[in-house]
Amino acid sequence: MLEIKNICKTFNKGTVNEKVAINNLSLTLEDGDFVTVIGGNGAGKSTMLNLIAGAFPVDSGSIIANGKDITHLPDFKRASILGRVFQDPMMGTSANMLIEENLALANRRGQKRGLKWGISDAEREDFKKQLAALNLGLEDRLSTKVGLLSGGQRQALTLLMAVLRKPDLLLLDEHTAALDPKTAAKVLEMTDRIVSKHNLTTLMVTHNMKDAIEHGNRLIMMDAGRIVVDIRGEEKKKLTVPYLIDLFSKASGSTEANDAMLLSK
Amino acid sequence: MDFFGSLLNATPGAVSQGIIWGIMAIGLYITFKIMDIADLSVDGSFATGGAVCVMLIRGGCNPWLAVLVAMCAGGVAGLITALLHTKCEIPAILSGILTQLALYSINLRIMGGRANQPVSVDKYPLLVSQRYVRELSLRNPLPLIILLTAIVIGFMYWFFGTERGCSMRATGDNPNMAKAQGINVKNNIILALVFSNAIVAFSGALIAQFQGSADINMGRGAIVIGLAAVIIGEVFTKKFFKNFALKLLGVSIGAIIYYLVLQVTLQLGLNTNDLKLISATIVAVFLAIPYWKKLASQKAGRKGGRNA
Ligand SMILES: Nc1ncnc2c1ncn2[C@@H]1O[C@H](COP(=O)(O)OP(=O)(O)OP(=O)(O)O)[C@@H](O)[C@H]1O
Ligand SMILES: [Mg+2]
Repeated sequence: MLEIKNICKTFNKGTVNEKVAINNLSLTLEDGDFVTVIGGNGAGKSTMLNLIAGAFPVDSGSIIANGKDITHLPDFKRASILGRVFQDPMMGTSANMLIEENLALANRRGQKRGLKWGISDAEREDFKKQLAALNLGLEDRLSTKVGLLSGGQRQALTLLMAVLRKPDLLLLDEHTAALDPKTAAKVLEMTDRIVSKHNLTTLMVTHNMKDAIEHGNRLIMMDAGRIVVDIRGEEKKKLTVPYLIDLFSKASGSTEANDAMLLSK
Repeated sequence: MDFFGSLLNATPGAVSQGIIWGIMAIGLYITFKIMDIADLSVDGSFATGGAVCVMLIRGGCNPWLAVLVAMCAGGVAGLITALLHTKCEIPAILSGILTQLALYSINLRIMGGRANQPVSVDKYPLLVSQRYVRELSLRNPLPLIILLTAIVIGFMYWFFGTERGCSMRATGDNPNMAKAQGINVKNNIILALVFSNAIVAFSGALIAQFQGSADINMGRGAIVIGLAAVIIGEVFTKKFFKNFALKLLGVSIGAIIYYLVLQVTLQLGLNTNDLKLISATIVAVFLAIPYWKKLASQKAGRKGGRNA
């Protein structure tokens, strides 16, 4: 589905703040792959996702989705095949617009937006059903401003918006990191349900090793802008946290004290 | 008694002016409130609207057509600001200032190198004129400007409910989210600036007819008056006006209140040279009111807490 070939990204090139964020990274995702991504702070996880989404251009290399070269496509054009949920619950929704308006916007992702009315009654019915499936009681609050929702509710809504129009690729960047543990678990469980229901190809960044092991069919570990570990299938099912930490120190050559700091169990 | 007499006498004029300036404030609402952009080109495009309209009418053009062309000219001005901002990445405020500055020269050219061009209601079939504000006849400008305000509000209510309009609101509220939903943020900013300045020029075209002349300085401080209308409107109508159309009506009411307050201060003996000072003061006060209110309620809250 997605083919990333030798991409590089350096921020602030030629200044004292020069920072190689992605270093000759390649990655191929098969249809239906659910990949969890781990790695220390600054490893380049978010940058990789941002490059896929087109938030900024790559320095070199290419990105191919569904056989089409999207390397130079602007971000808003790539959105037609991408669903995104960000770490910050504020990022993915429009606070001053209603729940139904946010959903209606998402329902037109990648489509031409003309002078038809922004939302139809049929859509409202559909949104109600889909919200009810989230089990958060949002189905009765279609005309509530999103800004009044809790972080967890907003994140769940963003997730629903990301998949309302089935994306070819779902990008989740620590989308539960800002939530309390109970809510995080709930949103993660919701993620699993949605991904398997639609058989979505997914990249999910997490700092939680346990989550990375328990979810998805493939796990990659990043360090210094590269993929240093790539485990899938049966092998992934056998993974344990201590083994993963061990792998991590070997791959990155860092000390254990660092690991504890960079990755939570 | 004399004070109230002359105030009463001046009221219809002030109200009419408020309503027409209110249209320009509604245009400003698009950039300032919906898109979250401070667009300073409006001072220039307001005068452009007036200049284009007056010159066309003087040339024998139908006033309705003249207004339409004036709107297009305003739209072009907005387009320039938009292109400076989106295609050259110049900050929005600076883009607006550049356009405003350039428009000063352009407006002078439009007016044939003169700083003022009269258009008399005796000679031309103007749409509105202040001469008839106190008259009970069809020539009274009030019904027409109220109707035009209603049309502008109606149009905006419709447009911002459409798919495109919703995508513009999202762009202004959260560009990140808009991009993730496949919305072309830059195009929306361009459209908003064109749209906004066209409405501003529309208002300028009406004011020029209303006062019987286009003046190179007629738009000076327009942004301040627009902001004043938006903010005063909010202060007075926030509690009752939740619906988008009503919020726009609130802006219009804000503009009327602004002109009434201005009229009162003038009647108190300040002269027209002090107008800008008075304007700035009124706006500063109304900008401060929401904050003061908050402070006061916090204080009250604290006291209440202690007593309880
Ligand atoms: N827009 C930017 N400008 C400059 N430097 C950046 C930018 N974005 C990221 N970086 C740098 O690139 C490196 C990789 O950052 P990135 O955000 O991808 O890390 P990450 O793996 O997501 O880390 P975290 O776990 O902390 O989210 C970091 O050193 C960061 O400081
Ligand atoms: Mg990150």
